[in-house]
Amino acid sequence: MRFALSEDQRALRDGVRELLAGECPPALVRAAWTDPAAAARSLWAKLTALGIAGAAVPTARGGLGLAACDVVPLLEEAGRAAVPLPILETAFVAAPLLAQDAGATPALERLLAGELLVACALDGATGVPYGAIADLVLVSAGAADGLAVHVLDAGSACRPERSIDHARAVARLLTPPSVDRRPLALTHGERVAAWHRGVVGCAAELVGLGRTLLARTAAYVKERHQFGVPVGSFQAVKHHLADGLLALEFAAPAVLRAAWSIDRGCASVGRDAAMAKALASEAAERVARIALQCHGAIAYTTEYDLHLFAKRVWASSRTWGSAEWQRGRVAVALGLQLD
Amino acid sequence: MDLTYTETEQAFRTQARKWLQANVPRGLRSGDTAEGFAQHVEWEKRLFDARWAVVSWPERYGGRDASLWEWLIFEEEYYRAGAPPRVTQNGIFLLAPTVFEYGTPQQQDAILPRMAAAEDLWCQGWSEPGAGSDLAATASRAVRDPAGGWRLTGQKTWTTRGAFCTHLFGLFRTDPASERHRGLTYFLVALDADGVTVRGFERLDGDEGFAEVFLEDVHVADDAILGGVGEGWRVAMSTTGSERGLTLRSPGRFMSAAERLIELAQARGSDVTPLLRDRIVQAWIDAEAYQLFTLGQVTKIADGGSPGAESSLNKVFWSELDIRLHATALDLLGAGAELDGPWMRGFLFALAGPIYAGTNEIQRNIIAERLLGLPRT
Repeated sequence: MRFALSEDQRALRDGVRELLAGECPPALVRAAWTDPAAAARSLWAKLTALGIAGAAVPTARGGLGLAACDVVPLLEEAGRAAVPLPILETAFVAAPLLAQDAGATPALERLLAGELLVACALDGATGVPYGAIADLVLVSAGAADGLAVHVLDAGSACRPERSIDHARAVARLLTPPSVDRRPLALTHGERVAAWHRGVVGCAAELVGLGRTLLARTAAYVKERHQFGVPVGSFQAVKHHLADGLLALEFAAPAVLRAAWSIDRGCASVGRDAAMAKALASEAAERVARIALQCHGAIAYTTEYDLHLFAKRVWASSRTWGSAEWQRGRVAVALGLQLD
Repeated sequence: MDLTYTETEQAFRTQARKWLQANVPRGLRSGDTAEGFAQHVEWEKRLFDARWAVVSWPERYGGRDASLWEWLIFEEEYYRAGAPPRVTQNGIFLLAPTVFEYGTPQQQDAILPRMAAAEDLWCQGWSEPGAGSDLAATASRAVRDPAGGWRLTGQKTWTTRGAFCTHLFGLFRTDPASERHRGLTYFLVALDADGVTVRGFERLDGDEGFAEVFLEDVHVADDAILGGVGEGWRVAMSTTGSERGLTLRSPGRFMSAAERLIELAQARGSDVTPLLRDRIVQAWIDAEAYQLFTLGQVTKIADGGSPGAESSLNKVFWSELDIRLHATALDLLGAGAELDGPWMRGFLFALAGPIYAGTNEIQRNIIAERLLGLPRT
């Protein structure tokens, strides 16, 4: 038994954290609000140079061949920096699927070269995150039953929509799509595995977002003075922040365990992924509320950076299954509810 | 990362499970009554005879030299088997880690084997009428006896099972000029010593589980001090770390309660509303989350780290989880919940969790100040 990242995993994570600290500051996230495509392309080129695009692709197909336990910590870093890119969808969900289907080799090659971003249309395509800047859209048929049966050309299949988080470049899938659907040749198991990767990866991003929101809030309440003292010296404020840390510290291990279950093909992987997402969504939502409250009015502006992270939480906590929906999956796994 | 147990660890689990299945007693009275306490002590002696009382201790003290992982496994199996609460816990889980850390070899040899064998039964003398959350307000005092040793005077209260135990560990002020956490010393006292009066009283659940302990000029020898004169605060912090964290409340206890909750829900069938089902699932998820958190924590300890202020995260989480687990079960039981049954008993016990071992308000202060760096008040 050993429940911690290995030295290699930590080194990889720290490398990505360092790169994103330099290349994806809040100013870049803010720039993505006005020109999401330009911000995404420049950042994606730098991440691709590190091999991130092919992180989860087998080495035989030109990727790094990393396991979920290696990649999930990187997605937490992507969340921490509020990366305005479909890293999860492109590198963790789509890339391994494209690598399974020989007919998708040209797309895979473009993806590995950093020339292809992928969005996922999950639930009737009311909103497709990053659909407005992606090149391809994977369309799912029934979430829990697995993902990604069809690939669409994003340009002709999507119409941009306005998200609360402009950096998400959300689009609406046109119905019926004006282009032909091309099914990927995948087994049921591969589709289900892709769904689990999406769920766990999104949970990791939410934990990362929560960590940034909490760290920024802890720093702010140390500096902000009212009544002649730092507001962080008041117990009411301390207890809010303590609750935020509690929520994150008990969600993060569940996310890492779900990654392990993916790698090992554990029978409990569906339950573990669902539990991770439920905890991560709730933790991130909770921390976002705490962050807003403990900052006070300054956080209720768009001039201050906090909203970039908080809105990402509000935009993404219900994708890949809301907390309630995921608890329903756990209820099924525990025999409390029929599927 | 490796979330599997080795073959040796699995064999350890099988061995523990078999023994517990064959030996766990049923129908004991509450360990917080005189009669029930005696029954529980009998059980503790059987555990000791089979070397299951203190698995992580060295063999020479009655343990098995088990790793922390094996200890976790034993705890899981213990609660899964429905075995009784450990009335020796304040000794084996709270005092013992401190004796291992601060005791002299002579103290360890004198104290630990008798504690493991349930010959000496230890209670914790922390709280005083004027010192609850504010432990540094301890007013009980100790003065040097010119003829040797020390003389203790003061009052301890809310002492769990104090009326049934044989020994007490507690803090006493040895420097009368000192204030707060300076000038305190950690003493070990036999409750049959001259000058000790113990008065039991009822806890919330109606059992005589609490006691007041009055000390009037009680003589103890020099070797009744653990860790040095004036070092009491530092030594006590080692005990509170154990109390808040892993050793007192291992995940097995909550996982077992969560499993029982699921069984209760399954037995109720269609009576379970969607809202209640969601609360059951949340409670189960949280018990599992506590288990995963502790696996990470034990990995850190195995790597030579120390949980430190992180044990406050454990404390808040398990104590509030315990209440949610039991409150959810009571709602499942509906109107029948008021009967004096195991879930209601468990609920009343769980309500103490956010109070003892430092209230959760104090724990949240610690989390904010030590883990997030917020300014001290």
